[in-house]
Amino acid sequence: MSKETFHVLTSTAVPLPIENIDTDQIIPARFLKATTREGFGDNLFRDWRFTADNEPIQDFVLNNSRYAGAEILVAGKNFGMGSSREHAAWAIHDYGFRVVVSSFFADIFRNNALNTFVLPVQVSQPFLEALLSAVEQDSTLQIVVDLPAQTISFGERSETFAINTYKKTCLMNGYDDIDYLLSLNADIREFDQAHA
Amino acid sequence: MNTQPTTLFDKIWDAHVVKHAEGHPDALFIDRHFIHEVTSPQAFDGLRKRGISVFNTSRTTATADHNVPTKDQHLPIREALSRHQVDTLRRNCAEFGVELYDLGHPFQGIVHIIGPELGLTLPGMTIVCGDSHTSTHGAFGNVAFGIGTSEVEQVLATQCILQYKPKRMRISIDGTLANGVTAKDIILYIISKISASGATGYFVEYAGETIRNLSMEARMTICNMSIEMGARGGLIAPDDTTFDYIKGREFAPKGEAFDEAVAKWRSLKTDDEATFDTELHYKAEDIQPMITYGTNPGMGIGIGEHVPLLTEIPDTEHVSYSKSLAYMGLEPGMELRNKAVDYVFIGSCTNARIEDLRTVAQFVQGKQKAPGVEVWIVPGSVQVARQAQAEGLTDVFASAGFELREPGCSACLGMNEDKIPAGKYCISTSNRNFEGRQGPGARTFLASPIMAAAAAVSGRVMDVRELL
Ligand code: SF4
Repeated sequence: MSKETFHVLTSTAVPLPIENIDTDQIIPARFLKATTREGFGDNLFRDWRFTADNEPIQDFVLNNSRYAGAEILVAGKNFGMGSSREHAAWAIHDYGFRVVVSSFFADIFRNNALNTFVLPVQVSQPFLEALLSAVEQDSTLQIVVDLPAQTISFGERSETFAINTYKKTCLMNGYDDIDYLLSLNADIREFDQAHA
Repeated sequence: MNTQPTTLFDKIWDAHVVKHAEGHPDALFIDRHFIHEVTSPQAFDGLRKRGISVFNTSRTTATADHNVPTKDQHLPIREALSRHQVDTLRRNCAEFGVELYDLGHPFQGIVHIIGPELGLTLPGMTIVCGDSHTSTHGAFGNVAFGIGTSEVEQVLATQCILQYKPKRMRISIDGTLANGVTAKDIILYIISKISASGATGYFVEYAGETIRNLSMEARMTICNMSIEMGARGGLIAPDDTTFDYIKGREFAPKGEAFDEAVAKWRSLKTDDEATFDTELHYKAEDIQPMITYGTNPGMGIGIGEHVPLLTEIPDTEHVSYSKSLAYMGLEPGMELRNKAVDYVFIGSCTNARIEDLRTVAQFVQGKQKAPGVEVWIVPGSVQVARQAQAEGLTDVFASAGFELREPGCSACLGMNEDKIPAGKYCISTSNRNFEGRQGPGARTFLASPIMAAAAAVSGRVMDVRELL
């Protein structure tokens, strides 16, 4: 339902060099009880961010004030594995991230992110490692994610990333899939009746 | 029609494409849509905001499963947020005219258990649900996969979703399984071989003699965990085992219509010459009873093996590996045999069907649970619970000291009241051992129902083959 758009984002980034981050880490199941899309950001990475007594865990990166305000999350490979809960993408978006960078994304998460206007940027493993160590060294490092050009750049380095043209158009113009599907209504009705 | 040799997956997919446009994902028609309380409320809100109705209510079925208590289901749900979510599902289903199998209804249960047992899940269909284990339904020879809430809204609004076609993988298993080795071990074995992301981007067909010889319920266990290796879904070509299972089920075609359907379903198979993007072969004889030691389902070993040493893990994975073992409180190189467990959970859409309960009952008959171990047995549906009662399984569980609960997802995910406490070990027949999956700090060993039963009576992880 989001009507925002995405073109070029310049922002600092948060490094999270952990592989196979699953959706139960991104948003634990006990926080899936809401019936709206808002507010999930408070519980993003809940069990890594807070102790059982709700005390912030100091050495977790989201509690490090140097990285406050970053709109890019950089994570280890195979990000978003596990459940189909779109709440994981909502939590990332609600927290304030607009881009997740990794060297590999789980399928359902990728779809859910795109449907939530969070851009998954898949880069090569060497680029990912370089980016992680750069942001670990310098939390003020500016990273540029250019959707029209399909590039991600920092310092001297730049890499192109893939995205299908359809989803690119949707993100740049704020369209969602339902708008397109609703335009096929007559064809779908016919198909439905033929397959009753 | 395509005369090229084609895979079963392609046949079903292609037959459901309403519109294919260059550069666009396919608009794929969905025959059957299942919804539950957790991933549907925001989708119904979306319909309301757009002022549209459900496209075809006869194609959507709802149940309440993830968030429900498994005790005293006849009483109002105690926990306010859970109650609100289930109430919201009730209101939405009433307002939009969707059939709901609510708490107390004889058809209620875990969504992936009730679809097949009601005959709503049939060969050749496209099936989706806002839940990744929708892959379970693929055991009947259909294209079934999990979707996010925006996609649930798309299906409610248009009976279609937009999808790019995944690649195709075939995994063949031949040979005979040893005594004590089950479908759960087959799938845990495959995932341990190809990793938790090894099938990302693929739709998997399971084939071979070993698969052919499995019951429908065992096939569902395999397809259920396809997502655990990253696959969109998994399927098995239908055969007489499939048709016999479907015959006579509540919503299955009846009489002549059934015979006609079977005649059509018989054509649902991969052509001999069809090619896959990836083909893998395994031997049933190589599979032992499996158990996981880590925090993703790819971290599994045969019960006779040891937890991998750091030297057996690629350098780049050392950090994640050590973090995972630290969470589990385990050391590299140790065996899991004889490791004490605190909880045993027999349930979930992977292993809470009647055959699973029968296997467990047969094993524990005349035995007692070990002192100090909590054993929860949670049937997947009201129908499974009633059947277990009728067959006397319930009495076996009660005299063994097991706690029999009411149907729901229960301790498969730490969302409802059933949680494993922090630091405790649980041997579980469910499908995910992620950190905190069964409750904050809970430590999960995934295994088959009979391995779980063996742990229940001995209080430790056992090699069930030694007890048979
Ligand atoms: S039993 Fe577990 S895996 Fe299955 S639908 Fe419920 S929560 Fe998901």
